[in-house]
Amino acid sequence: MLYINCPHCGMRSQNEFSYGGDASVKRPELNKEVSDQEWDSFVYNRKSLRGKHLELWQHISGCRQWIKVERDTATHEIFRTFKADEEVA
Amino acid sequence: MQKYSIFNLVKNAFSNHQNWDLAWKDPTPKEEYDVVIIGGGGHGLATAYYLAKEHNITKVAIIEKGWIGGGNVGRNTTIIRSNYMHDENGLFSEFGMDLWRKMSQDLNYNVMFSPRGIINLAHSDAQMNAYARRGNSMRLNGIDAVLLNREQVKEIIPMADFSDNVRFPIFGGLMQPSAGTARHDAVAWGYARQADSMGVDIIQNCEVIGFDVSAGKINGIRTSRGNIKAKKVGLCVAGSTNILAEKLNMTLPIETHLLQACVSEPIKPVLDNVVTFGAGHFYVSQSDKGEMVMGGDLDGYNSYAQRGNLPTLQHVLTEGIAMMPFLSKLKMLRTWGGIMDMSMDGSPIIDKTHIEGLYLNCGWCYGGFKATPASGWTFAHTIAQDRVHELNAGYSLNRFSTGHLIDEKGLGTKTWIS
Ligand SMILES: Cc1cc2nc3c(=O)[nH]c(=O)nc-3n(C[C@H](O)[C@H](O)[C@H](O)COP(=O)(O)OP(=O)(O)OC[C@H]3O[C@@H](n4cnc5c(N)ncnc54)[C@H](O)[C@@H]3O)c2cc1C
Ligand SMILES: [Zn+2]
Repeated sequence: MLYINCPHCGMRSQNEFSYGGDASVKRPELNKEVSDQEWDSFVYNRKSLRGKHLELWQHISGCRQWIKVERDTATHEIFRTFKADEEVA
Repeated sequence: MQKYSIFNLVKNAFSNHQNWDLAWKDPTPKEEYDVVIIGGGGHGLATAYYLAKEHNITKVAIIEKGWIGGGNVGRNTTIIRSNYMHDENGLFSEFGMDLWRKMSQDLNYNVMFSPRGIINLAHSDAQMNAYARRGNSMRLNGIDAVLLNREQVKEIIPMADFSDNVRFPIFGGLMQPSAGTARHDAVAWGYARQADSMGVDIIQNCEVIGFDVSAGKINGIRTSRGNIKAKKVGLCVAGSTNILAEKLNMTLPIETHLLQACVSEPIKPVLDNVVTFGAGHFYVSQSDKGEMVMGGDLDGYNSYAQRGNLPTLQHVLTEGIAMMPFLSKLKMLRTWGGIMDMSMDGSPIIDKTHIEGLYLNCGWCYGGFKATPASGWTFAHTIAQDRVHELNAGYSLNRFSTGHLIDEKGLGTKTWIS
């Protein structure tokens, strides 16, 4: 069982959350020409790191906010959690 | 190579079975190979076998970081089927079904292929319509499919819940009678033994840690046991694909996720077929030892852990008990997990890459065991001829940028959400 510290609600079990994938992926800026390759990378291509991974979760049975979680994909250790709009240094 | 036969069994009995040849050798890596296959799972071993058998390429090494068969080929629930709607998947898998039927003879190794049939249960009219459509598509591709009504399903699996006030009543099902199961370890060992006998070096405890690429061409690999030169390199590392792709500066339409399975204590024969629940993700079959073999959903978040979490297991087994209530009486014997290469449309990739001499085999999701022979066969062809075969032409890497996805389940880019 994972325990995720929701920045809005505090420590909750993983059962309250649903997963949203890699949080480091950036949607292409629409105010310039976007190549097929850029769309392709944004929609499909993922690094899927082994180790520290910044990812999106939604606190679906809680505050319903999207949050960012920094987790180790091999040990499942969770290092830090952030609000969705917080910059991660 | 000593043939496995009744004659040799009797002969070796006189020496207490102490003098059998080793099934495969333990060679030290040579300096150079024509082809290096990375990953000694089912697909890597099958690829090496078909390279030797179909293309006469025997200066081949399989490089395995652990022991052969220790990855997903030894962790899966052994379901073999070709009940797909899309032509690419149907024709590829049905080609594989033919290889499965001949495999024990072909490899001189009993892989215990058991075509016991698979039934996908339907729990609504809409689902019955969808199954009728898929069944018709299958039959157009020459694959056997039978649409069963509720009564027919009840005759085959009376132990399923057919009572009146269940949340997901059984409306019927789609059956592929020729689908089934096989002994997974035997498949790995059978391919390994034959590949070895034709001159392939099976190198275990040797991890690939890097590649030697220059001017857009592969020259070899770097391993924990030194550098090895190779004219061609094929990647068959399933759940480790992203890790090696990073070393090649490639970002792939693949995410690594964890899938669990479990078996119950052994019981008397009760279930003849493979059965899948249609209102969620759960499936069950009974092994020859009597254990109920069960599995279902991914754990749901990127994972390289090779072990699962309890919430998912509980969720999956709740579905199982909804489908077949007697399962709640059984004790759990073992649970385990494997890390899987989930592709973005749920279909695999067997293709060349932008690096000359580097070939890619990945994206097997939940269903790569059944694909073992067809994958090995087509990958060997792709490597040997440096071009894809028509059977794997659809499994291209660039289909994601051209929009030619093979999205069998209509799950879009997040095949890990279900
Ligand atoms: C619980 C579970 C149930 C499943 N059930 C089914 C099923 O019922 N039917 C079905 O068709 N499929 C099923 N699958 C999927 C199927 O098992 C896989 O898709 C398939 O086995 C993958 O191909 P493989 O056998 O070559 O992989 P693997 O056996 O995983 O082989 C990959 C090998 O590469 C090696 N490797 C990785 N990195 C390196 C490196 N750097 N250097 C050297 N070697 C390396 C690994 O050690 C491993 O041995 C299931 C999977 C799981 C986990
Ligand atoms: Zn919250």
